[in-house]
Amino acid sequence: MLAVLSKGANVAEIRNYTINFGPQHPAAHGVLRLILEMDGETVVRADPHVGLLHRATEKLAESKPYNQSIGYMDRLDYVSMMCNEHAYVLSIEKLMGIKPPERAQYIRVMFSEITRILNHLMWIGAHALDIGAMTVFLYAFRERETLMDCYEAVSGARMHATYFRPGGVYRDLPDEMPQYKVSPFSNEKKVDELNANRQGSLLDFIWDFTETFPDRVDEYEALLTENRIWKQRTVGIGVVTPERALQLGFSGPMLRGSGIAWDLRKKQPYEVYDKMDFDIPIGKTGDCYDRYLVRVEEMRQSNKIIRQCVEWLRENPGPVMLENHKVTPPDRETMKDDMEALIHHFKLFTEGYCVPEGEAYAAIEHPKGEFGVYLVSDGANKPYRVKIRAAGFAHLSAMNEMAAGHMLADVVAIIGTQDIVFGEIDR
Amino acid sequence: MAKSLVNTLGDIFGDKLIACDKAFGELTIEVARDDLLDVAIELRDQDELKFEQLMDLTVVDYLSYGQDEWATTEATGSGFGRAREARSSPVHQEWQRDRFAVVYHLLSVSHNQRLRVKCFVKENRPMLPSVIPVWNSANWYEREAFDLFGILFEGHPDLRRILTDYGFIGHPFRKDFPLIGNVELRYDAKQKRCVYEPVSIEPRVLVPRVIRKEKDPAVYVGSPEQGGKRG
Repeated sequence: MLAVLSKGANVAEIRNYTINFGPQHPAAHGVLRLILEMDGETVVRADPHVGLLHRATEKLAESKPYNQSIGYMDRLDYVSMMCNEHAYVLSIEKLMGIKPPERAQYIRVMFSEITRILNHLMWIGAHALDIGAMTVFLYAFRERETLMDCYEAVSGARMHATYFRPGGVYRDLPDEMPQYKVSPFSNEKKVDELNANRQGSLLDFIWDFTETFPDRVDEYEALLTENRIWKQRTVGIGVVTPERALQLGFSGPMLRGSGIAWDLRKKQPYEVYDKMDFDIPIGKTGDCYDRYLVRVEEMRQSNKIIRQCVEWLRENPGPVMLENHKVTPPDRETMKDDMEALIHHFKLFTEGYCVPEGEAYAAIEHPKGEFGVYLVSDGANKPYRVKIRAAGFAHLSAMNEMAAGHMLADVVAIIGTQDIVFGEIDR
Repeated sequence: MAKSLVNTLGDIFGDKLIACDKAFGELTIEVARDDLLDVAIELRDQDELKFEQLMDLTVVDYLSYGQDEWATTEATGSGFGRAREARSSPVHQEWQRDRFAVVYHLLSVSHNQRLRVKCFVKENRPMLPSVIPVWNSANWYEREAFDLFGILFEGHPDLRRILTDYGFIGHPFRKDFPLIGNVELRYDAKQKRCVYEPVSIEPRVLVPRVIRKEKDPAVYVGSPEQGGKRG
């Protein structure tokens, strides 16, 4: 190229060229193949090719009894697992006309908010890493570890929990936390330090987390909010006006970042969100920086909700699952000597339950936006059709509009701000 | 609030509404193919409606609606057969209407209400006007509906496949498309490229599809032998 230029070739002959961004690219957040038409370093057109992670979850769900698909929901947006389950379980409950016990609702809200923090931590870490700040990633994963221990304590799995079930949650919160043991790698003193906040129940452990978490958010903010490089990379990038945000089907922080006060937890409350005291942050200009501020504030608000749930859950023991054994399994002990309980268990885990004919759409405020499940039942033990409305799908479809006219490096900032995860986009 | 929405819709659209149905607190209206675009514009622009957002667009294939794979009532006395072959049992109800329903989920941020719009399309001519001019978010949703169900959207600027592989044949979410697919892909070391071959696995039904009709949905009823009450 240089040689050509030095010979005095006509520079104006340089034409638009196309580059392939991904599917193997660390900033592509998974398997995004982005075809970028460039004019110099400016993006003229961005054409995302998705579907590389398409697993036909919806079709698979049609071939299984209702409960067997809950595990698939975890694997949709694999950084906010329980929220996905939540929408699916709510849509089944809507069709069956059942409502879980109040304690189960509080547990669900608490874990939805834990999941929101998990998701936002993943987002802030990855987003900052994409733009060049390594430290935030390490900080965010430190807190994620604690929250995943909560997942593990309650469901046995660190990520894919399958904890929410139609009619409640799988089991009650454990009274004690699993503890670290002395090993060749950690001596007694170290282990005692690690176990310091694990002496009480899970609720105590979560409470301890909520005590320190606001300070941890301050740490992220100290690294980013007033950081000159961070601001240069995000302020004024990917601006979406409120009108366009509505037209493009945005939801969640993407919509709030553009200044529209819309949150399903407030506007169409489900479970016990109407009893919670929290605020909805909104942005002003609708650029990447505003969406960053919105999500950071959401973490603080989630922390507030978790604390309210912990306080309530400490004082109100009770059932966490409906006693209707046509939908929920009977407990192990009764199964040992009660014939009917044994039959219920057998029928539930082989055939499942039949959901009455009808169709329902249940939407929740997922960390990424509105996550909805549209369920059509013809009265069988398997869904007739499941459609998952993933927030990221609508957000990514606006990629062209958001990226056009920006520089190549800004595309990375826009992918980061959209908080896309391919598990839910490709489904 | 939703009640007044029913009335408002009735006043504005009149005969254009083929059906209007409220279940589980959700309102569903059905419109004809030819009215779809007019209705969509009204839904977005009328002050009482203001459905600014298209949250979701999807298709339901009603080909095997209401069919089960396992006869329940007759078999209770004589014992069950092995449920290996799909669709061998008598059909409980034949779907009487057009095969595909395109379903739009709308949300009004200003009035905080939701609406579901349905539009049935025929199997031999699965074509609908595109609603991209009304709601821009429809673009990818319509591509998805085309990819997975083969519904065509008139006026769509870029109706390519979106989720399936480049060069994929068929529409995988149709009910007559097998769950295991038609072809499988592997890398051939001799030819040094990926090759497509017919699938080598066999379809099987792990849990047969059963339909039980009950009066009370909350109380799922088994057969009398199992201590259940007859529904």
